[in-house]
Amino acid sequence: MAYSEKVLDHYENPRNVGTLDKDDPHVGTGMVGAPACGDVMKLQIKVSDDGVIQDAKFKTYGCGSAIASSSLVTEWLKGKTLDQASEIKNSAIAEELSLPPVKIHCSVLAEDAIKSAIADLKSKQGK
Amino acid sequence: MTQDIARKPIYLDYSSTTPIDPRVAEKMIPFITEHFGNPASRSHSFGWTAEKGVEEAREEVAKLVNADPREIVWTSGATESNNLAIKGASHFYSTKGKHILTVATEHKCVIDSFRELEREGYTATYLEPEPNGLVDLEKFKKAIRPDTVLASVMFVNNEIGVIQDIEALGNICREQKVIFHVDAAQATGKVNIDLEKLPVDLMSFSAHKTYGPKGIGALYVRRKPRIRIEAQMHGGGHERGMRSGTLATHQIVGMGEAFRIARIEMQLENERIRKLRDKLLHGLQDMEEVYVNGDLKQRIEHNLNISFNYVEGESLIMAVKDIAVSSGSACTSASLEPSYVLRALGRSDELAHSSIRFSIGRFTTEADVDFTIQLLKEKIQKLRELSPLWDMFKDGIDISKVEWAAH
Repeated sequence: MAYSEKVLDHYENPRNVGTLDKDDPHVGTGMVGAPACGDVMKLQIKVSDDGVIQDAKFKTYGCGSAIASSSLVTEWLKGKTLDQASEIKNSAIAEELSLPPVKIHCSVLAEDAIKSAIADLKSKQGK
Repeated sequence: MTQDIARKPIYLDYSSTTPIDPRVAEKMIPFITEHFGNPASRSHSFGWTAEKGVEEAREEVAKLVNADPREIVWTSGATESNNLAIKGASHFYSTKGKHILTVATEHKCVIDSFRELEREGYTATYLEPEPNGLVDLEKFKKAIRPDTVLASVMFVNNEIGVIQDIEALGNICREQKVIFHVDAAQATGKVNIDLEKLPVDLMSFSAHKTYGPKGIGALYVRRKPRIRIEAQMHGGGHERGMRSGTLATHQIVGMGEAFRIARIEMQLENERIRKLRDKLLHGLQDMEEVYVNGDLKQRIEHNLNISFNYVEGESLIMAVKDIAVSSGSACTSASLEPSYVLRALGRSDELAHSSIRFSIGRFTTEADVDFTIQLLKEKIQKLRELSPLWDMFKDGIDISKVEWAAH
């Protein structure tokens, strides 16, 4: 169970932990995973009228790699347009955190969380 | 600078193993260096001295459990004792029948000995304990069949520390003429064992759970009424033919001294440990959604097994690296395996994963307990602040009723 330095850093000092108002029309919420599988990620993005992500917050129930993956994507999302955000691939997350093969699913979950948050926002705004 | 020096974690894993008591180590050393003789050598003083050491130790082991020294057979540890008792007696009495009975929460070496006998054609029953970890006497009685040859129940559970009612279970076995084996590896020095009174035929012991060395154990084999076992290790016919192999004199001497100290000190020691355990329990119970696994009353003083709800198991292990404890999840492999003992108690996967076994021992201090309470409070709070499930719980949402998107 050797974690990379970056995973340990995000685990010890997670970035952007918190909650945004899910009823705000500018906020998209994604919740993926299941408790029985050992991971649940909640990712929220706040997007300006011109489609730029202004803020991102997360909460994660899961192992160190799952916490680190979600913490990392909140950093990456800020300042990106929705199109740029939807291009974030799990492989980039896994590479940045040097995730071992058994932890790749954590990065997949983080990618799913981004997609789910964007989909929620779009359905809210009727787009 | 000093901050960079890795601090040794606080040891709270005495149920896994204990350090050798310095008094035990001191007693062992002469038997490694000067008294190196083979206790089976009858023709010179080297052998006689070694034999004396072995027999004195045998008396000490017998004294702790109120048995006759002639009922004690040396083995390499409780795993071997359990194998020897279960397979040895089942084989010897196989003409009586081929059904064997045990409990689902037994140690792996008991379960695996049963599995081996199943491969040989025996039928086995693995009784489920009650949610508090204890065996229901009526259910135990009902599980016995006319062809049941042997039943095996552990005295003290290694994960949750519950104490089974060995006397009552033994009486049921006596009535039904079933051989009764008890794994007492976790019981010596913790509960009073009186084999004059207990209706037990075979009992396994280990030295290293009671401040003795690793690699040595014993099997109690009752003389009245006499219980016979088939040897599993063949050779020079040591230990009255039940277990061949040159005796490990220094290990045996160590076990004898460890059991002597346990006999003299256990009462005072257990009182001290109970205070520490209760302090730890009260400290941790300050938090919400904390569950004690296993019965709290019928339990050894040394054990506290607790689940922290809404905290994921592997992140919990990462959080408590400053203390040496056992976790309900073994995350050595790709997927977390929850403890089969906690599952047998009916705990959910999530609760089984988020469990920690604290086991307190001879060298645990109050400061260790204070540190542990502080550490756990801090880390659990931090992980819960990170947990979306904790938020949902706080909002009054029943997580078991949520439809989760599978992944």
